[in-house]
Amino acid sequence: MTAGPDLLRIATAGSVDDGKSTLVGRLLFDTKSVLADQIDAVTRASVDKGLDTPDLSLLVDGLRAEREQGITIDVAYRYFATPRRSFVLADTPGHVQYTRNTVSGASTASLVILLVDARSGVVAQTRRHAAVMALLGVPQLVLAVNKIDLVDDAESVFADISATFADLTRTLGWSDEQVQAIPVSALRGDNVATRSELTGFYDGPTLIEHLETVPNVADRAPVGFRFPVQYVIRPRTAEYPDYRGYAGQVAAGRVEVGDDVVVLPSGIRTTVAGIDTADGSLESAHTGRSVTVLLADDIDISRGDVIAAAHDAPEPISNFTATVCWLGDKPLLPGARLLLKHGAFTTPAIVGGVDTLFDEQELSLRDAPDRLELNQIGRISVQTAQPISADDYLVNRESGSFLLIDPQGGNTLGAGLVGDALAPLHLSELV
Amino acid sequence: MTIEQSNAVGSTPPAGVTDESEYSTLDALESEAIHIFREVAGEFERPVILFSGGKDSTVLLHVAIKAFWPAPIPFSLLHVDTGHNLPEVLAFRDEVVARHNLRLHVASVEDYLADGRLTERPDGVRNPLQTVPLLDAITGNRFDAVFGGGRRDEERSRAKERIFSLRNAFGQWDPKRQRPELWNLYNGKHAPGEHVRVFPLSNWTELDVWRYIAREQVLLPAIYYAHQRDVYERDGMWMTPGPWGGPRDGEEVRRLSVRYRTVGDGSTTGAVLSDAADNDAVLAEVAASRLTERGATRGDDRVSEAAMEDRKREGYF
Repeated sequence: MTAGPDLLRIATAGSVDDGKSTLVGRLLFDTKSVLADQIDAVTRASVDKGLDTPDLSLLVDGLRAEREQGITIDVAYRYFATPRRSFVLADTPGHVQYTRNTVSGASTASLVILLVDARSGVVAQTRRHAAVMALLGVPQLVLAVNKIDLVDDAESVFADISATFADLTRTLGWSDEQVQAIPVSALRGDNVATRSELTGFYDGPTLIEHLETVPNVADRAPVGFRFPVQYVIRPRTAEYPDYRGYAGQVAAGRVEVGDDVVVLPSGIRTTVAGIDTADGSLESAHTGRSVTVLLADDIDISRGDVIAAAHDAPEPISNFTATVCWLGDKPLLPGARLLLKHGAFTTPAIVGGVDTLFDEQELSLRDAPDRLELNQIGRISVQTAQPISADDYLVNRESGSFLLIDPQGGNTLGAGLVGDALAPLHLSELV
Repeated sequence: MTIEQSNAVGSTPPAGVTDESEYSTLDALESEAIHIFREVAGEFERPVILFSGGKDSTVLLHVAIKAFWPAPIPFSLLHVDTGHNLPEVLAFRDEVVARHNLRLHVASVEDYLADGRLTERPDGVRNPLQTVPLLDAITGNRFDAVFGGGRRDEERSRAKERIFSLRNAFGQWDPKRQRPELWNLYNGKHAPGEHVRVFPLSNWTELDVWRYIAREQVLLPAIYYAHQRDVYERDGMWMTPGPWGGPRDGEEVRRLSVRYRTVGDGSTTGAVLSDAADNDAVLAEVAASRLTERGATRGDDRVSEAAMEDRKREGYF
């Protein structure tokens, strides 16, 4: 999560046909992020399809297969900006079988816009998506109650849906401040950029006003400095014969020159002697910044090591519990030998037991049948060949996440969360 | 700040530099791109940067140099030369290579036409012909990671592109079988013969690129700024006369003030009428433009609804 103060990463979620692509098209259109030749293309294509108004969803469905089937297949990234903020939007498919894309889109999002159709309200897919967002630790949610123009008595419909959703999100661990419900019509543009006369009962912000002002916080809990070493910079040039710097991106916390740090997994302590960038040295660096750290002592450090704040460094672990979203076509079975990538560190790993399955349909936990199928989420035990220097995902998304990779084909098979990320979801209260 | 200037300030830090106060969108995008460059340097054997002399690849190179400062960049460059490049761009390319002491590989479409491995298309457009020399250069040099300056805001199928985009042994992109991209963990694993295309500027927009060029004082080929040029009009674009088949009968050559928004094959890339002669004027013009970069000046992207998707499936960028 490398967002600066005025770059907000967001994602969309919701069922098929709730109007996600239309809402995204509307956001682009109303922020003037769509240019004349793109509108012309959409107008032409809409006329070809026999429609009388331009179909804004055609602005975003870019693949041949998507246009043929009229659905979104894969995550697409959209860009728009207002005078106050820039936005990167991961537009994710709503089909159940594309849960892995929802997980990808939400893993980097500071805010997710969850759509529901005002006529159907909170449905099973809404609950499922909300639970996955809670699991992934998405800090902010917007409930967009779409097609509000199509219901009679919009006020009571909106109040009912917002109340149901608020119960759901409280149970999943969000505070009320983290959730904003907005009645919209993506097709007509109500409460997207402009306040709607249809919804006199609603006195909250428009969608764009909310996106512009919502706090841009990626971390759930502050932790000390975490710095995975990506690359050792050793110029060996005439000008810099002895330079040795550790290049990386600050994964969590911040660092100042003079800070006490510990190098993991060796546990050797030293202090930060300097923080370099090509534009000059810095006194301090915060989360998201790519820098080169210079240390006071000459220590053997290589790619994959982690430099952490001495006062709250994580304990290197090689036997641990994790929550995994399984993304592979073949099931995950106990005993599987995989590669695990955490930060800049990759190590062989063996999966022990597959204990608990998160049932997305029933929103409950049950004993796993010793395997995880594609798109299933469960709790597993993992043993790694070398220890990883990770935090619990509940403490920090960046330092608590990992990939499971197929050592043969190289595909990404699992999205891993260190620790029991399922624990705080009070699923029994949902049913 | 230019690369030369930043080299100079590196050893004597400016006093009182703090970080949180002015961390902008551009800083966040730059940090992300630097992170991507370093991941590739750490995980791959033989990466290469595709460098055309255009603004995106020039920005890409600028960020790469910053990512490894004060060490030299651990990559060479690859240019696919269609034989239809504007001479200003080739001169710029060679000047950049010399200035930063880089190694340049050139894959030449002209060579392939000369010995019959490729055949000129009836319309004379050479962009689609780049794919074979590009893939041969990747295979021949055993490049396993190929950096490109592609941005997801360019085109609808590009919006689906991953930052690490796996290509099979035929260089093909399969949009339905892409790896999920989770957190900022990039998976560069690939089988022998496969390679990964890497797009560090994925999350930048055209406006971000121009703001960055202005902020960092990145030098570009002069054709990006308004200048007097002999041009003729075709399909609503202003084309430069050249060996690529123009002007034809009835296409009148005029001397106008123009600039290029994008650098590409001369047979299909047009200039726009413009008086924007410096970065500030270009920024204002780009911000106010009602046409996309490609819609305005890239003929081959107009061919069909899925022109870019189809070419990417074949192995093009």
